[in-house]
Amino acid sequence: MRLRVLLIVLLTFLLAAPAMAVDRLVLATTTSTANTGLLDVLLPAFTKHSGITVHYIPVGTGKALAIAKRCDADVVIVHAPALEERFVADGYGVDRQALMHNYFVLVGPPGNPAKVQQAGSVVDALKRIAQAKAPFLSRGDNSGTQVKELALWKAAGIKPDWPGYREAGRGMGPTLTMADELGAYTLSDIATYRKYLSTGRISLVILADNQDLLKNPYSVILVNPAKCPKVKYDQAKKFEKFLLSPQGQEIIADYKADGKKLFWPVHPPK
Amino acid sequence: MDFFLGGLTRGLGLLINLDPEVYGIAWLSLRVSLSAVILAALAAVPLGLVIGQREFLGKRFLVVLFNTLLALPTVVVGLVVYGLLSYHGPLGGMGILYTPWAMVAAQAVLAFPLITALVIAAVITLDNRVGPTALTLGATPMQAAWAVLREARFAVLAALAAGFGRVITEVGAAIMVGGNIRHYTRTFTTAIALETSKGEFAQGMALGFFLLVVALAVNLASHQLQARWK
Repeated sequence: MRLRVLLIVLLTFLLAAPAMAVDRLVLATTTSTANTGLLDVLLPAFTKHSGITVHYIPVGTGKALAIAKRCDADVVIVHAPALEERFVADGYGVDRQALMHNYFVLVGPPGNPAKVQQAGSVVDALKRIAQAKAPFLSRGDNSGTQVKELALWKAAGIKPDWPGYREAGRGMGPTLTMADELGAYTLSDIATYRKYLSTGRISLVILADNQDLLKNPYSVILVNPAKCPKVKYDQAKKFEKFLLSPQGQEIIADYKADGKKLFWPVHPPK
Repeated sequence: MDFFLGGLTRGLGLLINLDPEVYGIAWLSLRVSLSAVILAALAAVPLGLVIGQREFLGKRFLVVLFNTLLALPTVVVGLVVYGLLSYHGPLGGMGILYTPWAMVAAQAVLAFPLITALVIAAVITLDNRVGPTALTLGATPMQAAWAVLREARFAVLAALAAGFGRVITEVGAAIMVGGNIRHYTRTFTTAIALETSKGEFAQGMALGFFLLVVALAVNLASHQLQARWK
């Protein structure tokens, strides 16, 4: 039967073709490091330096840590200090190191219904939004950005519970688009906001930027080999050392998207 | 309007420019989804034949069960397969999480109930004398089953096409167990999800257009096969 022969040939071909088993380091990380393109510059440089291939899984900070807890990653790069501290305290992570930072921005509709003062303090801005009971869209997905947002409300002494405060349950890009359409305020990482603004997709404006409270620190944490015996600790350690080396830090410092600097390394090159 | 036109022209551009990354994505999608459908079909087609042609206790229950499984959300299948393949899962020792194999497994699980249900539907309406007649004419049980399959060939091929459509378009399971790793487990759908989340809507539309072209090619090929297999 010709058909049967054809099927068998096709199946063998398809199943044999993928060269599957690879020696690699699995990096679970936040969408912001991946979507900006930083990792596509940083990882090839490390591979060239060490011969080690790194595969990154772009998910939110919460999910990245959950993956690492189940021993499905060797190393994480995340940005939610409170979650990171718990991750290390619970024994899942070791060798946590500060890597770089950038800033979150508070953005809102150009009409600015809550009369938030431009370039004022973020705490003051949140107070005005709460007072006006203006619409505010939260990520609502346990991402680093949402963790930061909740910490900011706490710093402002406000419990965001008015009807206009909503949770999108989606990534940064879709949340920005929704906020734009709802005329809502929201907290965003700078890179995603710039990208969406440059495509003309949104008209939200920056209301607060570049202040200590809005600092967005990224850390690198290795998965604890005592909890996960199969984890590639030595290679992951090499990767961490490379990220913090003058070469790695310089790549981060020099990285630009649309002509603008996006990340500030912890050890800025002289 | 330029939203759609931009996507379309960019899609054509992707097709023509032979961008190696995009062709890599197309090739991987095709390979993973075809493998998944063939693997699922190896189990689903015989099972559907048996359930559809034989009378036995619990047959109705099985038919209802397979029809219900059609409602399985892809993300749930992704979660279940992730749980199985994860380091702490029962199949963790295989070490195939975040590889194309994991996606093949998840998509095969997705396609299996769909193909089974459609094969049951195809052979249940068939004249149930085909099998016995073949047997009385001296066919072995295998040959009799083959005769039934031949009678239902168009519906069976439609079932395979539906299975392929289901798995090449799903994103929930592929992103969960494949991890959307660049140059390794990034398929059409996970790439579209990524581009959309980055705000690169035109690129997302373009990839969607490309996916349709690939699906068209696959369906043309299977149609060709159908026409020959008379």
